[in-house]
Amino acid sequence: MQRKSILAAILSLIAPGLGQLYNKQWIKGLIFLAIDALGIWYFAGHLYRAVWGIVTLGEKKQQLVKVGKVYKNVPGDHSIQLLVEGLIILIIFFIFVWLYVLVVRDAYKTGLIREKGGKIARFSQSVNALFEKNFPITMLTIPAIGILFLTVLPILFGVLIAFTNYSGPSHVPPKSLVDWVGFKTFVDLLTLKTWSHTFWNVLLWTIEWAVLSTVTCYFGGLLVALLIQQKGIRFKKLWRTILLLPFAIPFLCSALIMNNLFNGEFGPINQYLGYFGIPKIGWLSDPSWAKLTVVLVNAWYGIPVTMLLMLGVLTTIPRDLYEAADVDGATAFQKFRSITLPRILFITSPVLITNFAGNINNFNAIYLLTGGGPMTGEYQFAGHTDLLVTWLFGLTYANNKFNFASAIGIIVFLMIATVSILSYRQTKSFKEEDLVQ
Amino acid sequence: MRASRIGLTLSYILLIILSVVSLYPAVWIIVSSFRPGGAIYSPTFLPERWTTVHFTELFTDKSFMFGRWYWNTLKIAVFSTIFGTLLVTLVAYSLSRFRFKGRQKVLSLLLVLNMFPNLMALTSVFLLLNQFNLLDTHLALIIIYSCGAPVLGMFVVKGYFDTLPRSLEESARIDGASHMTVFMKIMLPLSKPILVNSAIGLFVGSWIDFILARLVLRARENWTVAVGLWELATNFRTANFTMFAAGCVLVALPITLVFIFLQRYIVEGLTAGANKG
Repeated sequence: MQRKSILAAILSLIAPGLGQLYNKQWIKGLIFLAIDALGIWYFAGHLYRAVWGIVTLGEKKQQLVKVGKVYKNVPGDHSIQLLVEGLIILIIFFIFVWLYVLVVRDAYKTGLIREKGGKIARFSQSVNALFEKNFPITMLTIPAIGILFLTVLPILFGVLIAFTNYSGPSHVPPKSLVDWVGFKTFVDLLTLKTWSHTFWNVLLWTIEWAVLSTVTCYFGGLLVALLIQQKGIRFKKLWRTILLLPFAIPFLCSALIMNNLFNGEFGPINQYLGYFGIPKIGWLSDPSWAKLTVVLVNAWYGIPVTMLLMLGVLTTIPRDLYEAADVDGATAFQKFRSITLPRILFITSPVLITNFAGNINNFNAIYLLTGGGPMTGEYQFAGHTDLLVTWLFGLTYANNKFNFASAIGIIVFLMIATVSILSYRQTKSFKEEDLVQ
Repeated sequence: MRASRIGLTLSYILLIILSVVSLYPAVWIIVSSFRPGGAIYSPTFLPERWTTVHFTELFTDKSFMFGRWYWNTLKIAVFSTIFGTLLVTLVAYSLSRFRFKGRQKVLSLLLVLNMFPNLMALTSVFLLLNQFNLLDTHLALIIIYSCGAPVLGMFVVKGYFDTLPRSLEESARIDGASHMTVFMKIMLPLSKPILVNSAIGLFVGSWIDFILARLVLRARENWTVAVGLWELATNFRTANFTMFAAGCVLVALPITLVFIFLQRYIVEGLTAGANKG
């Protein structure tokens, strides 16, 4: 009696839907058959070209061909478009294959039910199951399609570009073809002197920046929160609201405002310093000052958020701990060191690590303030305050070095992945302790 | 007692200094936007004469169409917020309340996607939009913002769903409610604070995005306010700083109001993130 299930599965393997028809699920079978026909018709025309496009990235160059008496520009293969189209078709193909597997499995399972003499699900019941048994899958379908095409596909493309020679001036379609070059971009980035010099310096500054900006925001926020929360301070709510204001202004605006405030020639900060006889400072044009300025501005924007968070955490610390400390005659500093700080660190350490990872990627803070500058001839298309991400952006949009930009993107990913894995393990280990709650 | 008095006085002085630092840039830009002339330099902090000419210019000038840009931005931001929040909710709810095959894989995938710098995806998003003839349309931005929302904002919302007790839906299920009913009638009302928080994030994000919007929107009349402000900041700043200041006020005002009035929900999101670990 094994036969029905196997036969149904084989039938659906030949053409999805046949098995369902055999199982007397007419509507379901016909729908699957229609999808199957549509898929085969589509992939017959496209799949080969997609694979060919991804593997070869095009073979025919754009060239001048003599037509009659004049030379005409005959367009060749556009490597990058071939790659994107190929990826789109491959993703659709994988969805199709997955559906195929599901349909075969469904035919097999229904066959099994028939063998055991059970009742076959009617079409309306199958539809119902979508909202009952398979509810989470149904809910995920639409977002999944969006994420697949607008996040997974672009990132996949971005990763693949790092392994090609897609860069100006000699390998930019449609004028010329792009080829696969393996790890050459990474090797160039790390060994060619001009590139590696820039890379290591930018990487170093990226790490310095991430540490500095995380630490300033974190402890700045903590100190401001402690200041407001102090016993005896009045109008706590007012102070909180005033100090929260920088966070309420969109960073796009405040960064551009700061850019003007710190303007070396006409900016008000230099103007006020001038009243005290201090000569003009190149806040954004001197390499060291520029680094300080971006950290300061980032702290200005970031401290309010941490303050808010810290104020929340401070209220969760039980009051009796402090009372007990008072009885023992502890000083304010001792109370802070032994009660407040450990609690705060314990609760907010995941935030600290997320912020660190976020700051590695903090494009806006640098791009809007200095644009990576002050530029320097020593670096390959980068300036003194460029982070890896802003360098990546500049390489893509100003200099057409797409492959290097992608390689840098992958390196940033590796950095953040490392930090995240460490943080994940740490929070795990934290969970096993029973300090809080 | 004396030591604490001194400490308190010092704290007040410090708080006043911090308040000045916090408020100064905003006050300066507002004052500048009402100052006659175009220069950034001004001998006095307050202008001798106040004028609204820079604001009217931004609405009536041929190259600046803030009225139109406001409308564009509002349209994009509202639709992205609605669809984005919907998608975030769907993903977060399924991944939080159900156990199914592949769940762990989906979670890891979302985690990994978040680790790539999203600028890396820009080139191919551009090519993709080109492929589907969506360049220079607002639809393109709405689609990208809403589809990107689950990747960026899912974990905070999921963390919130995780904290809701399981007994809620179990008792409803026993009473015969469908998954859809449980979701709509029980879970959604309970998760309002975090959904508002995620909606604010999406609204603000699409309001101030100038990178993608600048890449996608070509025709001037299709721009958003952020792109317009970027143009003001890069091409007009030196000659006409006061106009930039007025633009800045116009772009920031709605967002600042949203933040001040919905502060409660933003705090919710922050603490939800903190309790996650």
